[in-house]
Amino acid sequence: MKKEFKVISELIENKSRALDVGCGDGELMKYLFENKTKDIRGLEISKESVQNCLSKGLPVIEGNAENDLMQFPNHSFDYVILSQTLQAFLNPEKVIKELLRVGKKAIVTIPNFGHWKVRLKLLTKGTMPLTENLPYEWHNTPNLHMCTLKDFFIFCEKRNIKIFKSLALNQEKITEINLKNLMYKNLTSDLGIFLIENK
Amino acid sequence: MNDLSKVKKIIVKKPLKLDCGQEISNFPLAYETYGKLNENKDNAILVFHALTGDQFASDINPITKKDGWWRHALGPGKAFDTEKFFVICANVIGGCMGSYGPSTIDENTNKPLGTNFPVITINDMVNAQYSLLDFFKIETLFAVAGGSMGGMQVLQFVSNFPNKAKVAVPIACTASHSAQNIALNELGRQSIMADINWQNGSYGEKEKNPDKGLAVARMAAHITYLSKKGLQEKFGRKLQERDDLKFSFDADFQIESYLRHQGAAFVDRFDANSYLYITRAMDYFDLTKKFNGNLSKAFANSKTKFFVISFTSDWLYPTSESRDIVIALNAIGANVGFIEIKSDKGHDSFLLDVPDFLGTLKNYFKSTYKE
Repeated sequence: MKKEFKVISELIENKSRALDVGCGDGELMKYLFENKTKDIRGLEISKESVQNCLSKGLPVIEGNAENDLMQFPNHSFDYVILSQTLQAFLNPEKVIKELLRVGKKAIVTIPNFGHWKVRLKLLTKGTMPLTENLPYEWHNTPNLHMCTLKDFFIFCEKRNIKIFKSLALNQEKITEINLKNLMYKNLTSDLGIFLIENK
Repeated sequence: MNDLSKVKKIIVKKPLKLDCGQEISNFPLAYETYGKLNENKDNAILVFHALTGDQFASDINPITKKDGWWRHALGPGKAFDTEKFFVICANVIGGCMGSYGPSTIDENTNKPLGTNFPVITINDMVNAQYSLLDFFKIETLFAVAGGSMGGMQVLQFVSNFPNKAKVAVPIACTASHSAQNIALNELGRQSIMADINWQNGSYGEKEKNPDKGLAVARMAAHITYLSKKGLQEKFGRKLQERDDLKFSFDADFQIESYLRHQGAAFVDRFDANSYLYITRAMDYFDLTKKFNGNLSKAFANSKTKFFVISFTSDWLYPTSESRDIVIALNAIGANVGFIEIKSDKGHDSFLLDVPDFLGTLKNYFKSTYKE
């Protein structure tokens, strides 16, 4: 998903301060470090991944976003990034709230459960859908709270969260999402990328 | 006791005002170096030793003839890669490997200073070692690093000299000695002071050293450096060279024999008064005190990159205390990395061959030095 990195990078202003929550092996951090800003930090739950990040010299701390975002002061980052992990939290609502407290803005990317292939699989096979982007079985998936792009739109509206920019990634194609094309984008996009801020 | 006249030393001429109010000057600071200082003088790492360590971090210690305490971490191709870095390690003041301490001979009396040596602090130790930067004409260190009391010195160094190290690696340590830490140290001190040979610190001849007290202190402390699981796996209830219990107070169990050996070996290389002074310095360590409890303020002006490391089975300086350091650093937006390394080897993990720890540290230094 290198394309995703590029899109995220383009949403970030030069030399700003960013935190990558659930930064994994630091691929995105490294990309941003080389292309956008040196002032970047990471938070990651897996020891092995944290070791990999630190081995690359990336300033990553081991921790759980649900508890450990607390230590960061209000608006201590220009951007807090959450790439494809929102669905894995026990309490995604709390996490979003924390992202928007710690960051002036947040960038959230969401694998779209509303994609037509997902819908079709559930409709025709009657079992939980397995796709390229969502390869887990229902009993071993880390994804506790899957949502669709439309779900996220509705969530933001209800919680008074402003969506600055919303982009859809389909294969390698990037398009804007707006209220008019939402129905369609919700059917055809693999991933939604949202730049959000508290209203 | 040991021939310390041959160890490398600088004489610190500049007066140093100690926390206790006393001023010292013209005192010896023993040190050792590994690797070569490059032309730019940007590859120097100052390593701080722990309670019973000394300047001989690697290779064979010429005094004790034993391997250096950080041999797994320091050497060619290791985490502190001496093919790349110039590593300096000094014996702390209060120590007994050539630096100014209670076993230093008082010129007036021709006897060891004993308890006439002033009570020193971690702050004093760090300030004394700063003289090494002047001696080697190093403007900025690439890194400061250390475990346990060495880690405390790392924190103190960065707080005292905000921009003198690019990288700081405090390992298995704390910013403030806990009640449990103090209690355990007090146990060791009381054991030494209860030895009739201690004589209020004025012992001198080898036969009459408070060896028993010091050995018990070491035995007690040694238990705190290991984990329950580690002890159980290594010793369990295994018997020492016997088939059954002897119904006596001999060392029936291997763990007893092991601890007795640890105690006996320790007294040959360590001074009882140094043990008192250094544990005292650790107990007095509370980096937050000067800043009204706000640890963040200790690092307020620092541009240093921090890499904080703890170990899962370390109950002496548990992960929560390393996390407190990380939280304080994050509160001021400092550049900080943190990992809790998985290990069953307890607090001693930082001294042992723990590949996840040593590998990550090696790569971290490598990639950070390049930047």
